[in-house]
Amino acid sequence: MAERCAVVGVGQTNHTSCRADVSIAGLVREAVDRALADARISIDDVDAIVIGKAPDMLEGIAMPELWLAEALAAHGKPVFRVHTAGSVGGSTAIVAAQHVMAGIHGTVLTIGFEKQSDGNAMWALSVPIPFGMPVHAGAGGYFSPIVRGYINRSGAPSHIGVMVAVKDRTNACKNPYAHLHEPDWTLEKAMETPMLWDPIRFIETCPSSDGAMALVLMNEERADRHSGPKAWIHGTSMRSEPTAFAGREQVSPRAGEMCAEDLWRKAGITNPAKQIDVVEMYVPFAWFEPMWLENLGFAERNQGWRMVEDGLTEMTGSLPVNPSGGVLSTNPIGASGMIRFGEACMQVMGKAGEHQIDGARKAVGHAYGGGSQFFAMWLVSSDKP
Amino acid sequence: MRDVAIVGTAQRPSQIETNLTSVELILPVIHEALTKVGIERSEVGFWCHGSCDYMSGQPFSFVAAVDAIGAWPPIVESHVEADGALALYEAWVKIQTGECDVAVVFSNGKTTSGPIDRILTLQADPYTVAPLWPGFDAMSALQARVCLDAGVVTERAMAEVAARSLADAKNNAVAYAKGDHSVDELLARPYTVAPLRAHDCGLPVDGANAVVLAAGDAARRLAKRPAWIRGIDHRIDTQRLGARNLTESNSARVAAQHAGVGHDKVDVAELLAPYTHQELLLRSALGLDADKTRINPSGGALVANPAMAAGLARFAEAAEAIFAGGADRAVAHCTSGPCLQQNLVCVMEGE
Repeated sequence: MAERCAVVGVGQTNHTSCRADVSIAGLVREAVDRALADARISIDDVDAIVIGKAPDMLEGIAMPELWLAEALAAHGKPVFRVHTAGSVGGSTAIVAAQHVMAGIHGTVLTIGFEKQSDGNAMWALSVPIPFGMPVHAGAGGYFSPIVRGYINRSGAPSHIGVMVAVKDRTNACKNPYAHLHEPDWTLEKAMETPMLWDPIRFIETCPSSDGAMALVLMNEERADRHSGPKAWIHGTSMRSEPTAFAGREQVSPRAGEMCAEDLWRKAGITNPAKQIDVVEMYVPFAWFEPMWLENLGFAERNQGWRMVEDGLTEMTGSLPVNPSGGVLSTNPIGASGMIRFGEACMQVMGKAGEHQIDGARKAVGHAYGGGSQFFAMWLVSSDKP
Repeated sequence: MRDVAIVGTAQRPSQIETNLTSVELILPVIHEALTKVGIERSEVGFWCHGSCDYMSGQPFSFVAAVDAIGAWPPIVESHVEADGALALYEAWVKIQTGECDVAVVFSNGKTTSGPIDRILTLQADPYTVAPLWPGFDAMSALQARVCLDAGVVTERAMAEVAARSLADAKNNAVAYAKGDHSVDELLARPYTVAPLRAHDCGLPVDGANAVVLAAGDAARRLAKRPAWIRGIDHRIDTQRLGARNLTESNSARVAAQHAGVGHDKVDVAELLAPYTHQELLLRSALGLDADKTRINPSGGALVANPAMAAGLARFAEAAEAIFAGGADRAVAHCTSGPCLQQNLVCVMEGE
């Protein structure tokens, strides 16, 4: 019933802690112009634009897509805004794809962005909540008990998080767009970084970045006429569950498991660890890599950390995770999910440059948000579904 | 395209300064909508929510809304930082992909818990306009002045819109302002932001609503007379007031063309016009003749404007007109941004 859809253009900004050289509109345009150039089309060829970003309070603009319409030359076109917490970059790409799959538009541009230097994300995530319980802990304070829960139940040795962090920071050195380029980390040095939210160390946390990602999506008819490499979408999935209730499994949330199960079913995947060539996974705190390996079905329960320890998730391993350097090296919140989705496309399009995984044909993009409760995933391939 | 219809609606009666949380606002309307349609939560394939963090004074304010749905076992769900009418659009897209047959769309707006005029001003260009704090009402007043000077509207025609809306609201249980007023009486009132008087501006209230969408046979099973969506489209204009002809709404006109408003007669039109002169501009942009089309029989946003829920309320009202048999073809409309910047237009028909 649904039409086939392919990503034909990927563009992202050079991410860093403060892009003082550009306005928010300029930041967004940098990604958009690169995506359009990559797709070799102009903005006039775009039928509709789907924009996502995390809370408007991070920059202090309510519904910024309204103001950005001018910078995007969108007058007379549909502009649609998505906001689903930290998973928003992934959700936005999925909503954009659905506009194509539903047969409504032939060419859709989708954008995720955040200019965190214009505000204070830590403050914006910790404001006193009217009529509700304040958390006042920031994301690290919120997630550290969950990480501790994972370590306790899996028996993972304490250096696993640091291994993930050093891997991602090393991978990021091969990615010219990544925020952090820190080539000199060793496991020993990383173990000495300060404990921020026990058991989460400084190196195991993501930076705060300015950045944007844009993708150009086309329906089958147009993608077939397009001569460049393509990332065909084999499946998309989203699942959500409440933040808190008695007995909720927070280390491996049911919504994440269901999201992955749904994606594997749609894409015909029966053995994800074997059939998937590379994963761009949403890992804002290093310990989430082994946790999500289990949650998504790449590893048995309590065994995800062994894949990390055995080096299987390194670029040379059997299941490379975050060759781009991941969220641990670049985190413009509203864009981070779409960067995962876009990097997955770059891998199957053969456009990942130095961090290319040779022969990658099937790649997964993954994003999560809220209190590990909103999940978005897609599976892309160089082959048509 | 799949045939998709609205099969049920629920709206919360408007209140001023309610102390309820967003979850408490939403929960009863979701329950009411599902009960009216006669389905369980487990039969809903997709949920979509519209709301605005800045109105709640809290980032990620929508996260708590999944508690109102009772999202366990986990559900397929999304959220738009916009009016619930845009959430309805996303749900319509989702159903078109064939991934689900039944969707619930809901929205909430606690418009009175903060200075809504200043909050909506934060939509403006953050570098050159918002720091001047022009005020959302004042930007709309600027548009009204341009329209008056151009002879596109008159103050009397604006007052007639207000008088008709307040009188019609007497029959609407969810409306807040209502009553009989002569046009001369309204024109004798003072300006609040010249040339706008208080009754020219949408009334900020707290509200919530929910709409159930269903495809094909599911729709026929769930409603006696589904409100079939025959066309739906949204468009945007540049926000820069100096770069637009403020005496018309280009994006509303283009959206109406794509939605097919002009293909046949329109019995009822529910237009989200937060200012009286904007109803007049929208009637023109959509090609509606007030002698042939009943405009805003609910009273519209002038009698109850729960921001972020007021657009979805127009969909609920238009669908109810079709359910009741009072209309065979209805238009629902939503706008957002200063001076009718972004517009969504939908045509619904009974069978």
